[in-house]
Amino acid sequence: MKPDELFRTEHQPPETEWTETPAEIKKGYYCYASNPKSVEHLDLPHARAWNPLEEDWKLPENWQEIFLNGFRERLTKFRTLKIFMDICVRCGACADKCHFFIGTGDPKNMPVLRAELLRSIYRNDFTTAGKLLGKLGGGRKLTVKVLKELWYYLFQCSECRRCSVYCPYGIDTAEITMLGRELMNLIGLNIDWIATPIANCYRTGNHLGLEPHAITDAMEFFTEDIEDIVGYDCKPAVFEEKADILFITPSGDLFADPGTFTAMGYLMLFEYLKREYDLKVTWSTYASEGGNFGLFTSNEVMKRLNAKMYAEAKRLGVKWILGGECGHMWRVINQYMTTMNGPANFLEEPVNPITGTKFENARANKMVHITEFTADLIKNNKLKLDPSRNDNVRMTFHDSCNPSRGMGLLEEPRYVIKSVCNHFYEMPANTIREHTFCCGGGSGLNAGECEELRMAGGLPRANAVKYVNEKYGVNTLGTICAIDRAVLTETMNYWVPGVEVAGIHELVGNALIMPDEKKRTKNLRMEPLPGMEEEESNE
Amino acid sequence: MKNFLISLVAIAALWLIPYFAANVAVLKLLIAVIIPYAAVVIFLVGFIYKVIDWSKSAVPFRIPTTAGQQKSLPWIKANNIDNPFTKMGVIIRMLLEVLAFRSLFRNTTMSVSETEHGKRLAYKTEIFLWIGAMAFHYCFLVVVLRHLRFFLDPVPACVQLVEFFDGLMRVEFFSSVFSIGLPGIMMSGLILLAAAIFLLGRRLFNAKVKYISLMADYFPLQLIIAIAISGIFMRHFFKVDLTAVKQLSMGLATFSPVIPTNVGSIFYIHIFLVSMLVMYIPFSKLMHMAGVFLSPTRNLTADTRMNRHINPWNHDVKTHNYDEYEDEFREVMKNAGLRVEKE
Repeated sequence: MKPDELFRTEHQPPETEWTETPAEIKKGYYCYASNPKSVEHLDLPHARAWNPLEEDWKLPENWQEIFLNGFRERLTKFRTLKIFMDICVRCGACADKCHFFIGTGDPKNMPVLRAELLRSIYRNDFTTAGKLLGKLGGGRKLTVKVLKELWYYLFQCSECRRCSVYCPYGIDTAEITMLGRELMNLIGLNIDWIATPIANCYRTGNHLGLEPHAITDAMEFFTEDIEDIVGYDCKPAVFEEKADILFITPSGDLFADPGTFTAMGYLMLFEYLKREYDLKVTWSTYASEGGNFGLFTSNEVMKRLNAKMYAEAKRLGVKWILGGECGHMWRVINQYMTTMNGPANFLEEPVNPITGTKFENARANKMVHITEFTADLIKNNKLKLDPSRNDNVRMTFHDSCNPSRGMGLLEEPRYVIKSVCNHFYEMPANTIREHTFCCGGGSGLNAGECEELRMAGGLPRANAVKYVNEKYGVNTLGTICAIDRAVLTETMNYWVPGVEVAGIHELVGNALIMPDEKKRTKNLRMEPLPGMEEEESNE
Repeated sequence: MKNFLISLVAIAALWLIPYFAANVAVLKLLIAVIIPYAAVVIFLVGFIYKVIDWSKSAVPFRIPTTAGQQKSLPWIKANNIDNPFTKMGVIIRMLLEVLAFRSLFRNTTMSVSETEHGKRLAYKTEIFLWIGAMAFHYCFLVVVLRHLRFFLDPVPACVQLVEFFDGLMRVEFFSSVFSIGLPGIMMSGLILLAAAIFLLGRRLFNAKVKYISLMADYFPLQLIIAIAISGIFMRHFFKVDLTAVKQLSMGLATFSPVIPTNVGSIFYIHIFLVSMLVMYIPFSKLMHMAGVFLSPTRNLTADTRMNRHINPWNHDVKTHNYDEYEDEFREVMKNAGLRVEKE
């Protein structure tokens, strides 16, 4: 579909009431069912082959009982769920805050209505008024139709939390979606773009299923390129015992452009710190995934996958853990990790040995975000930087949903960007920071088969990029999330051709004046540095 | 529309019941004494039950919505209100939320426009919902406070002060046919009515809000409108005998109720509708008045990396440990030059 056709101007709901408007599962808007082997690998319930487009989803015989018992259990285990089911007044403030509603025009993508799909079941089965009034009280019986509709829309929410910023009661659709997906998981209704990564992650340590040698091969590939650029080998340490810091980042950055350039930036930064300050940073192939698709499956799977981080830090005897640029990874680390798998008393309270800065905000969790770390180094003049090497870049910054609304990491990346890049322009205020728009592919929705949904959902972000692209000639969209790097590259090609996507540490790598480096002529993408075009062509 | 109409019929029925019942002595007792007492009991029990029920649910994770800069490096200014890392920050955040509807204040509206470069999205501040909500809630509060004069003798100074300010704007019109202004007009009643009509109008005329509205959304608004209308009627048109009303209300407050003989049916309508509203609260979305205080995305500190939050049911889970990993990949690890623990 051409961009102009996908750009929907119509946001009027249909005439029939939503309860009477059946959902039609459309191609391009749903994700394939999970491979049963992946589900089995984690011993998750009711693994089977099924197809969302078919009439029969091969549900377990007592699926209603499983679903409702699971619902009841979660109402007592999660106060969020109970409060959010009870107190929504349907004021509609959230309605046009969702990128999927703006992009698809489908009223069931209004956050309030997405939640109402679940709430109608809640009212019917768990409230007095609902039991007395039935349909009149807004209740719906849990039928196969209702279940399918709920499934379809739970996987059209990217858990970005934008709606919860505007909700007068803080109702968080991400939480509702997460718990709704847990219920789907109980009856085996997983999607493959989540189920297979979590099975991979459990076995190989990362979502992509990269085995140890595949990771070292990727690193070798990067170090060869870096050698070409700076003149020497930046081979990283892997499994180094008693290193100062264990570094964990999303595996996506080891695998596909432009994330690979961010990974090269990390390698250069660590080499710089090793040579200048004797800082020992180690990687691990066992804990080789920053992201956590368990967050999109169930709190239990999230905990199972996350456990590797502390376990590996303990085994290697490092002081603390440094985490790379990734969105939902930081939601898990910031709001769940210490609770689930802590206390991490075997680690030290994080201190930057080079600057002496105590990361007091991470004193219990023992994990520091790489932009916090780099910002601290730059502020204390510990890095030699030449921002003019990024002069071809006219940059804007996309706040990733989770670091902004599940953490508040807003200034650190901006400080780093402004230190390594001379041309930086912000997108309009109501599309950045806590108001930022999702890339459209968060929460496991980056599957090839739901591309149209993703392009529609990416429209609000792209529209804001287009604004700065036209106004300031912005040609680079910076981000601190691996999913963003994958998704937004595609989204920009579609909506704002000519805008590249880059991780922040790619720009750091470019600007960093490495000790004893050769004359730099190329950036990490092997393109000539600004002013070096001729020397490059002479070479 | 169906939901709106069904609810409207229900409101009409609730209006007519006391209208007719007020002519029958024994039913007067029911409407002026028994139902109000029952309403208060149902409200208290239901309200407390609901709050206890909510608090019994666990808070496994600390998931505040962070809407501002986190506390990290000392030279970065942290936003302790929108991303609170201290209890005081949470208190201020909650106060602003409850007293000033801060989140709703952020509301914007999205529009699509055609420009010379093609279609564009734009977002504008949308303040009317906030204004309507503020006017509605504060006027409701003032009306409730004013009504304390019926249950307290002597009338406390603070209630008199509220009344003084509420009646400060004089609207007066006197003629032989029609007169208004004596007793003085109370702004809160009129604004409450106007705000409720505005909020109801949104549900009818804003297509998106109309689509999501249930009977449970129309009913309380229509009920409050009916209460406000009956109250204004009573004060300005039918002029109920206030001494008699106070005699009844003081009787209720002191558990020695006396049925007055000389108040008209409009009073019975008013007190009946109010009783219905009070009774309805614990079973409805109106519980947001208590729920907002318990909302875990607003009422917790966002300090989970600083201080460990305890999950009361933190179940043990099966994990894949390093030894299992090395057992599976030992040979490829060795070939890739990676250190292994067991040769």
